[in-house]
Amino acid sequence: MTGTYAHAPGFIVGDRPKIVTSRFEYEDSYTLTRYLATDGYQGLRAALSRPANEVHDEVRTATVLGRGGAGFPAGTKWGLTPQGVYPRYLVVNGDESEPGTYKDRLLMERDPHQLIEGCLIACYAAGLSQCFLYIRGEMALAQERVAVALNDAYAAGYIGKNILGTHFSVDIVLHWGAGAYVVGEETALIESLEGNRGMPRLKPPFFPAANGLYGQPTIVNNVETLANLPWLMCNGAEAYTAIGTKTSPGTRMVAVSGHVKRPGVYEIVNGVTTFRDLLYKDEFCGGIRNDNELKAFVPGGGSAPWFTPDQLDLPFEGSQVGAAGSMLGSGAIMVMDETTDIPAAALTLTRFYAHESCGKCTPCREGGTWLERILSRVVDGKGTAADLEQLIEVGTSICPGDFPHASNEKLGLAAVPFPYKMNTICFVGPSAYAPVNSALVLFREEFEARIVKRHTIPVTAVGAAL
Amino acid sequence: MSRLSEGNIRLAKEIIGRYPRPRSAMIPLLHLAQQHDGYITNDAMVHIGELVGSTSAEVYGTASFYEMFKFEPVGKYLVNICGTLSCALMGSEELMHHAEHKLGVKMGGTTDDGMFTLEHAECQAACTEAPCLQVNYRYRFRVTAADFDSLIDDLSAGRLVDEIPAHGTVARVAQHIPRDRGVGAVPPESVTEAPIWLDGKAAL
Repeated sequence: MTGTYAHAPGFIVGDRPKIVTSRFEYEDSYTLTRYLATDGYQGLRAALSRPANEVHDEVRTATVLGRGGAGFPAGTKWGLTPQGVYPRYLVVNGDESEPGTYKDRLLMERDPHQLIEGCLIACYAAGLSQCFLYIRGEMALAQERVAVALNDAYAAGYIGKNILGTHFSVDIVLHWGAGAYVVGEETALIESLEGNRGMPRLKPPFFPAANGLYGQPTIVNNVETLANLPWLMCNGAEAYTAIGTKTSPGTRMVAVSGHVKRPGVYEIVNGVTTFRDLLYKDEFCGGIRNDNELKAFVPGGGSAPWFTPDQLDLPFEGSQVGAAGSMLGSGAIMVMDETTDIPAAALTLTRFYAHESCGKCTPCREGGTWLERILSRVVDGKGTAADLEQLIEVGTSICPGDFPHASNEKLGLAAVPFPYKMNTICFVGPSAYAPVNSALVLFREEFEARIVKRHTIPVTAVGAAL
Repeated sequence: MSRLSEGNIRLAKEIIGRYPRPRSAMIPLLHLAQQHDGYITNDAMVHIGELVGSTSAEVYGTASFYEMFKFEPVGKYLVNICGTLSCALMGSEELMHHAEHKLGVKMGGTTDDGMFTLEHAECQAACTEAPCLQVNYRYRFRVTAADFDSLIDDLSAGRLVDEIPAHGTVARVAQHIPRDRGVGAVPPESVTEAPIWLDGKAAL
């Protein structure tokens, strides 16, 4: 069975294993009643029936990869807290705003109790004393659904003092942002939660697990990551790793948007589903709109270097996509068909990152704006050949060295693997350059076609005109 | 120009109480102020500073970082049209031109009657439903020019007041932690030991 749920616009169901979207089929999936009728809070019960360290081990064994972008295993992340330093906090990153991405919004709107249960399991396993659930400011419905779910769960004894009658006690505080992409970076998220401008912190320390909220050990986990935990606790690590591959177990939510016949958010089997499956198979997007040719696609959110049809047979698996010159990021594919104006498409992404730069690091603050202005000029047909070189020069000042890009048979290009070097604290600066670099490397002729051709005017002609 | 209302002061104190440090409540309190006045007034920032122990300059410093906070009145309905890649691929630029024409204002402008402010927004996390827009942070998906016109007509005629509150209100439901159920904030200085459930035994 394949189809769309009217109450969850964008989400497309199929006959595939469901770990985080199993309740989406119910129109009242967000209520406590429905949640309890569908094994709700059983994962918490299963967790509390075991010592905390065993629950942590189960998550470690399952290799639950972080779903926010970096793909760092949650169990390992929890283990990075320094010994004997308390209190420790949990901060839930629900500030989803990577271009092309939305899955956390659906998980918060459609199954808020599953997220809450995941938070509780994490707090129990890693000994976290208070949880802050940070939701993106612009997501009104998600904020409302999570607020109601929290109120109901408190009343029913699932959150707060002596959860399920045990000595496990933790509060979950609903917090929300006010519009700033960079706050999705975990140290910026913490700054924002402390009431400051949401600017990333200088690294090291590299992980808030060592030094985070109020200087305490803090675990920052993505919404989808935590939403995996109730199922994992109910079914065990063995069942979890039986889905997907060894390096990428379980499932992933992926949003495919742009020029496909059926854009949508899909829960796919991790590690094995290829980009070709996703874009062309009937159970997924069913092909490019109007059966046009595929020109390029962004495989992992707006920050990711682009792929062309040469990379279609790669599976949705982190290390292979990395070696091929890009990243899986936050699970978002944006598809461009043959009609796409590549420089203009790159400009929309570069404009995004230039706009969202927090201003802390000069290469990003200045460089992002330069990239946008120069690219804008080129797109408007007012650029020169020197502008194309300038784009690369500015980009290289944000990211020194070879920037990752895909291989291309026609152009005789070998891939430069991910990641890049960077002169900035966080990934916003490099992300402004990623679309420019991809577009320039793979489609340079489209830029050259629009630059102003400066012809030398013969002196005699000038004289004649005078 | 107004400080926080009596009701909001009570709510503000409840919110502040949930955090280990009062300053963490700054963004939630700014939202309360904006909900009340439609934008952030200077008096509200002074008042919020008093409540969380910061100067009004620090409050402004934080507030001015975030796109959603407005420091002068905007329209009753803030219409944000997304212009990032997925929406651009599906015609958001044309939609923006149409919107400017329909409302008679440029991007960033407010209609003379104070009903609508139009903004070019960045990715709103509805990329498969492009082009999309938000009115006071409520979504409209796969918006055509005709959809846009009827949306504006409905808003003008007051037909969507139940679904879309005036600018300033984002979530209409607040979290309330019952006094007898809440653990309370856990500030760094209050705890040095491991939580009691890390005793190596099953809790249940």
